[in-house]
Amino acid sequence: MSDVVEKTLTALPGLLLSLDSQPGAAKLCATSRLGSLVRSITELTSKNVGEEMAEPPAGPLFHTEKPCHVRAIYCEMLGYEASFSYIHAIKLAQQGSVLEKRVGYLAVSLFLHESHDLLLLLVNTVLKDLQSTNLIEVCMALTVVSQIFPKDMIPAVLPLVEDKLTHSKEIIRRKAVLALYKFYLIAPNQVQHIHDKFRKALCDKDPGVMTASLHIYLKLIKESPESYKDLTDSFVTILKQVVGGKLPVDFNYHSVPAPWLQMQLLRILALLGKEDQRTSEMMYEVLDESLRRAEINHNITYAILYECLKTIYTIHPKSELLEKAAKCIGKFVLSPKINLKYLGLKALTYVVQQDPNLALQHQMTIIECLDHSDPIIKRETLELLYRITNGQNVSVIVEKMLDFLRLSKDEYTTIDLVGKVAELAEKYPFPYNSWFIQTMNAIFSIGGDVMQPDIPNNFLRLLAEGFDSDEEDRQLRLLAVDSYLSLLECDTSGLPQRFLQVISWVLGEFSFLKEGLEPADVVERLGKLLDDDAITTETRCWVLAAMSKLCGSSDALCKAEKVAHKYTSCLDTALRQQAVELELLGRDVDLRTRVLPQHVIGFCVWLQVDSSLSFLDGFVSDALARGAAPYKPPHQRQEELSQEKILNFEPYGLSLPVSLSACSLTDRQSPTALSLSSSLSGNSADPPLKAGSNLLKLEGVKRVWGKQGYLPEKQATEEALAQEPSSIFAPSHQQACSESQQTTFSTIVEQDQEKRQLASSLFVGLGSQNAPCLVRTVSQMSVKPTQKRSKTTSIHLTSAFAQNLSDSTSEAVPAVGNTEVVEASEVSSLSGGSGPLAQPSSQVERGLESDLPSRLPATLVGLLRSDVEELCSGESLSLSACKVFDADALVLAIFLSNISDSSIQEVSCLISSEQLKVPEMCSTFSVLSFYLNGLNPQLEGSVSCASQATQSFSLTLSLVDFIRPLPLTTEEYGKMWLSFSHDVKQNLMLLKHEEEDQLEAALTALKEKLCLHIVDVIGAEGIMACQLVSGRPCLLHCHTHGGMLAIWLRSPIADLPDCLLYHCQKAIQER
Amino acid sequence: MQFMLLFSRQGKLRLQKWYVPLSDKEKKKITRELVQTVLARKPKMCSFLEWRDLKIVYKRYASLYFCCAIEDQDNELITLEIIHRYVELLDKYFGSVCELDIIFNFEKAYFILDEFLLGGEAQETSKKNVLKAIEQADLLQEVRLGGGLFFLGFNSFH
Repeated sequence: MSDVVEKTLTALPGLLLSLDSQPGAAKLCATSRLGSLVRSITELTSKNVGEEMAEPPAGPLFHTEKPCHVRAIYCEMLGYEASFSYIHAIKLAQQGSVLEKRVGYLAVSLFLHESHDLLLLLVNTVLKDLQSTNLIEVCMALTVVSQIFPKDMIPAVLPLVEDKLTHSKEIIRRKAVLALYKFYLIAPNQVQHIHDKFRKALCDKDPGVMTASLHIYLKLIKESPESYKDLTDSFVTILKQVVGGKLPVDFNYHSVPAPWLQMQLLRILALLGKEDQRTSEMMYEVLDESLRRAEINHNITYAILYECLKTIYTIHPKSELLEKAAKCIGKFVLSPKINLKYLGLKALTYVVQQDPNLALQHQMTIIECLDHSDPIIKRETLELLYRITNGQNVSVIVEKMLDFLRLSKDEYTTIDLVGKVAELAEKYPFPYNSWFIQTMNAIFSIGGDVMQPDIPNNFLRLLAEGFDSDEEDRQLRLLAVDSYLSLLECDTSGLPQRFLQVISWVLGEFSFLKEGLEPADVVERLGKLLDDDAITTETRCWVLAAMSKLCGSSDALCKAEKVAHKYTSCLDTALRQQAVELELLGRDVDLRTRVLPQHVIGFCVWLQVDSSLSFLDGFVSDALARGAAPYKPPHQRQEELSQEKILNFEPYGLSLPVSLSACSLTDRQSPTALSLSSSLSGNSADPPLKAGSNLLKLEGVKRVWGKQGYLPEKQATEEALAQEPSSIFAPSHQQACSESQQTTFSTIVEQDQEKRQLASSLFVGLGSQNAPCLVRTVSQMSVKPTQKRSKTTSIHLTSAFAQNLSDSTSEAVPAVGNTEVVEASEVSSLSGGSGPLAQPSSQVERGLESDLPSRLPATLVGLLRSDVEELCSGESLSLSACKVFDADALVLAIFLSNISDSSIQEVSCLISSEQLKVPEMCSTFSVLSFYLNGLNPQLEGSVSCASQATQSFSLTLSLVDFIRPLPLTTEEYGKMWLSFSHDVKQNLMLLKHEEEDQLEAALTALKEKLCLHIVDVIGAEGIMACQLVSGRPCLLHCHTHGGMLAIWLRSPIADLPDCLLYHCQKAIQER
Repeated sequence: MQFMLLFSRQGKLRLQKWYVPLSDKEKKKITRELVQTVLARKPKMCSFLEWRDLKIVYKRYASLYFCCAIEDQDNELITLEIIHRYVELLDKYFGSVCELDIIFNFEKAYFILDEFLLGGEAQETSKKNVLKAIEQADLLQEVRLGGGLFFLGFNSFH
């Protein structure tokens, strides 16, 4: 069939050219040809006998372009590609007469999408038509502009569209406003400067134009309600006029004045009045009026009412209005019309957070809706119940939700609802432990593999980390083990993969809790899982991992090895690794006892992770030495990919194993380090995205819900009690009684009772206390923490650096006369504990501050140093310090001077740093890790002498203090650049545009501020190198383009580039 | 509004208007899915549907289903009225409209829709004004074509 159509269509373009030669009379035939095409295609699709209609209706007959395009549109709608006609559509719009133009524009707006290349060809046409004197043409141009227009071309038409705002015809003004609305949607910054024109449109004398401008205002106000508060009064006045029927009758819709306008205004008012009492007060009156006027029983009035309700409940509350609104909600909920009922439920869902009593009032209706035949109503009811869940009714509500889930086939609903059930189950996990486990099991089996992956992850973490009481934790875990063991005994083929993974993890981790259960048994049962061909390799990995955990006893090991052996030659690398690891465990007894300590509960808790992956450094350097390519983070790879859209002439073969090893490295890039570094560098681009999303997931879902459940619920309960404790349930009782008297069918009574029971269990936490309490009380619930946060795993750096420093203080320098003590302690070499600590040299001279540097020991003279900084001074003693940047150390020179006339005695100076702790390996590492924590390491100390009380001072170290230039040749640089794996790239704005040589200026600034070595400058690119005092290098590559400085840093140390980038940024800015 | 679809009881698409940029493949998938879902619903059921993260509002007029997709915070009832107003417009323009009118003159249906809704928002809600605008455009066409042909062109198939 499609053959036929294609033939038809391919014949069309040829006909397009013969337009002008056609006599007018041919048009009739042309139109009828469209008819026959439509007919033939309709027949084709219905009978599906395309081959018989093989003769295409494409003879050399009379055609005009109009029907051609109409046909093409028709074909596209039926799902056939008619892309050849796109260009003709544009041509038609450009050159055709008004009639053809209209079809051409329509075809364009239907065929093309916003980023289609051909759209650019339309710009000129639009420009021409906007300037046309023919109203129809202007209208058409504006219509097409407000439907589809290339973003980049907006500036071209913007002035013309703006002009149209003052056009004499309101239809043109209206369309122009809508075109601007479209521009605002696709490129808000392009129309920023014409906000005052919007205001003019709002004041237009034609209500249609004014209505159109409200679309823009709605969006604007949504973004920043604060800046439009002054318009509240105008909006209220407009609404008042509309409600009062001041508009022309033309705007009435079923005798309701301008409903679209009313709703737009109500929405705007809601945005303006939100959390703002003063603004809200201005609108109470008109809202009241709207409620009152909307009494005709028609859909449109309900639409307005609904919008009104939403506004009333959004703005600052006023009790009188709320009362009326509550009555209105009743109208919706109790309506026999199903659409209104649905909206009533929706309104209740919206409102119930503020006023749970409303749900109580309508409880019987809600119960009825729960059993409604329309799944949409049911779904909305569940949503409502979800909002009123508390510790007492959670089990009933969850049961209802699971019932719904079992019937639902829609994937989207399943994902959403499963998430909600899991959230509830985790929030109120302990009506009974067994309930929790059962619910989670139900979630896993229903949610299957479509649910959010954080649900099983959270569950496992909850099990592993436990709650406050050990006993309860144990019980919970035991219950889980029990239930999974019994599940494994049944048929497991139907269980989703995720569930199997959870089962195997729990059994691997906690099955030892069950007494009398042999690990070998568990291994055997797990092994049976693997026999099923349907399970994925990922699940197999989980099962094997579980088995390795159970290998404590020898017969379990024996069985596990048998299973694992099958997979040691498996093609999937992850699975093979698991299997090989298991085999290795089996061979090495020592390792086994070390790795698998017996009966330690949840040992994942005390596991510490070296998130910097420093243990891999050796591996990495080995690999690099063997010629492997350095690792590139994903964002950089992507960037390079997008840059290099040229053919690749390199053979691919070589790089394969290399990239594999590099990949495995990346994937384990620790999220903590990444996110920290990103917070430092301020606006570094995309690498922390992954980490960020991880963090988000850990956070759970909503904050509106406190740990005790639904937050305002308790107050509400009290209120309800205080007001009229009996009235809430009375109506339903009475109703039930009267019904039972009237009806002789006992079944109805039973049903009713069932419903009442259900109602009492559903609304238990909301209303009176005499309702049966199914589960524990609220106060007990509140004790439980909802969810434990994952313990932070971080490396604790321990070292004796602080001690070393304090040892190094020179104490009690006996002095005669004026004394100056110059003390130099090499901070960075202290870690070894063996460096030359204190070299007190007493020089008898009193000098000015500026002379102090000349007192430096000879070894330090001539080195780069910072300015001398006074740290503290008292009556007799003054302490100054400067940092001297030795090639392999940071030397801190401390000057102690006597500023009094008399001699001082018993000078004691103590320097320590509580913050700075240095690991054995190298001091720079600690500085770096300080940077990651967002701190600057600080030295603190105090100085005292006999004639002066103790004075304390502090000195802050910065990363820059540890940076030294690294002299390199360009060639060496090139080699090193390739071998370094950690890098960061960023564009910095160069502020001074007028400079002739921006690059050089930037490089010099960096050199001066950060002590970098400029290796080479080639054109617009410059390379620099530096190292930490320990000798760890970092390479920089700078490139200027258009006022931007692109900096690219590389280093073998993971976080150095990030930290250094921050300083580069600062240096460039301060320049 | 995100998009509007018109389809027959047999599931044939009669008109489609997208106000959000989507790929053709996606459009086809959405259309297929929605047509199936909507057609499967019983007459007494609610006119609203939750579908992915959108709300679907649909209504059946004779053999045609009108189906709009709106966002969650939009008002379902007013969307229902938009559909109704559109049907009223078609009815007034064609004079008691039937499915065939829309099949054979669907470009007219598009013109009316564009005059009524622009960029997914109600542009002109006054029935009179919309039809006036359409008639003006038609008039121009008519003048160019010459009187009698106009009627033959539009009414030759029913």
